[in-house]
Amino acid sequence: MKCQYCDKPATFHITELTQPGGPQILHLCEQHARTVLQKDEPSPIKTITGALAKQLQLGQTKEELKKLDQKECPACGITFFEFRNSGRLGCPMDYIHFESDLTPLLVNIHDALEHTGKRPSRAEANVDTQAELISLRKDMEAAVAREDYEEASRIRDQINEIQGDPKHPGAAS
Amino acid sequence: MKEAKDLSALVQNSGEWLKGTGPESDIVISSRIRLARNVAGFPFIRKCSDDDRKKIERQVRTRLEALNGWEDIQYVDVAALSEIDRQFLVERQLISREIAESEGSRAVAIDPCEQFSVMVNEEDHLRIQVMHSGLDLLSAWDQIDALDNAIEREVLYAFHPQYGYLTACPTNVGTGLRVSVMLHLPGLVITQQIEKVFRSMQRINVTVRGLYGEGSQYTGDFYQVSNQVTLGHTEHELLEMVGNEVVPRIIDYERKARDFLIEKGEQDLHDDVSRALGILSTARKISSEETMHYLSKVRMGVNLGLIDDVEVATINKLFIHTQPAHLQKLHGRVLTTSDRHVERANYLQRHLRDAGASPEELN
Repeated sequence: MKCQYCDKPATFHITELTQPGGPQILHLCEQHARTVLQKDEPSPIKTITGALAKQLQLGQTKEELKKLDQKECPACGITFFEFRNSGRLGCPMDYIHFESDLTPLLVNIHDALEHTGKRPSRAEANVDTQAELISLRKDMEAAVAREDYEEASRIRDQINEIQGDPKHPGAAS
Repeated sequence: MKEAKDLSALVQNSGEWLKGTGPESDIVISSRIRLARNVAGFPFIRKCSDDDRKKIERQVRTRLEALNGWEDIQYVDVAALSEIDRQFLVERQLISREIAESEGSRAVAIDPCEQFSVMVNEEDHLRIQVMHSGLDLLSAWDQIDALDNAIEREVLYAFHPQYGYLTACPTNVGTGLRVSVMLHLPGLVITQQIEKVFRSMQRINVTVRGLYGEGSQYTGDFYQVSNQVTLGHTEHELLEMVGNEVVPRIIDYERKARDFLIEKGEQDLHDDVSRALGILSTARKISSEETMHYLSKVRMGVNLGLIDDVEVATINKLFIHTQPAHLQKLHGRVLTTSDRHVERANYLQRHLRDAGASPEELN
């Protein structure tokens, strides 16, 4: 991984927790790490989004980038652009929906793509149901926003029905 | 689990992790482990509506209430707290700045010993944290692993067979595990070796962060070492990396730096730490940064046997209790910055002049 300020290898990884906008992650070479740790001045590239932006510039044309930015998760509605700017994903489904775009980022951060640690003892949540629930919650919010309470209540019943099924996530156990 | 209406039970106490006990506690303040978890079927916080956040909070609260042995756990509605109370919990390291400063439905469950807390609706739906005094990662892991298992029996987590526990930020995905060891390294700071030490660990993926201070500037010679990666390693491998590979090396360097300082000029060092104690116990007005600076020297002096009538646990406690929100909670009212400087000096005087005071007496 390269330093966010220059082309030297990033050997210091700093998570700044005091920024009001949320944690910011810095990958820096020794020299820039010293500057950041010693001075309390804002850095030009402060977030994961900086690293991401830099990475995306490599090997992508402007058009490709624009197209990628518009890509939207069908479950939660987050666009890749929004993720790129905030550094935060919208829902668990994004890992599947943006998989090919996230892969280089995960390799960059973790140098790995496979979880080898602990696994939940319960059966894993059904992916389709999870996506459906997230999507329904989004639809319900939209219905409430446009004051279509009939539709909102219909969606609510649908959510409750899925949740009432013990095979589904969020179901009372 | 019982709902805490105010934080009075916490104000007069201090957490287990401040006791100054446990392995290597002259240098290692605390070992902290946190797990990031999300509830399946809900979007991550960024895409949650107010209603989603409420539902997650309600669902998690109900499920936590059902856990065995959670009768004494305090459940705090963070959204309902005043700014000072939220800041108080941040200073106490029971909640993060992020959850303190965010909006909407959010909460924290705290155990009476302050060894663990569970934040609800932080960056992830659940942030489980365990904190032990000294270098004690394995038992901290056993505790958090058991907690996680107990919660998981009640709450279905978002998990992917390949990517592991799914988190809002891709830097936490996989294990969702962050191991953080807080170190007190005044010897390396005085001898200006600290950068060299961090440089010597270049190839190891660890994060180093300075700690404390009212601003983001670090003070008090505290450094937190954490794992950088969370995916592709087992939890034990990550614990091993931080606890067995990185931290012992830093401890060794710090011991050598302290030995060097004594060898080079014990009298100078003795003078320096004694003056620090003198300032802390006689000042009439003192800032938080200055307090950290001198407490750090005194802490080293105590650990090196140069100051023998103050306990490490007392110093540890003073680090926390002299911070702004703590002072105001202890004083029982809102104080301006300059009033805080006076109150902080009074507080330090009361507890340091009475040399040999035990930490239990310090309230």
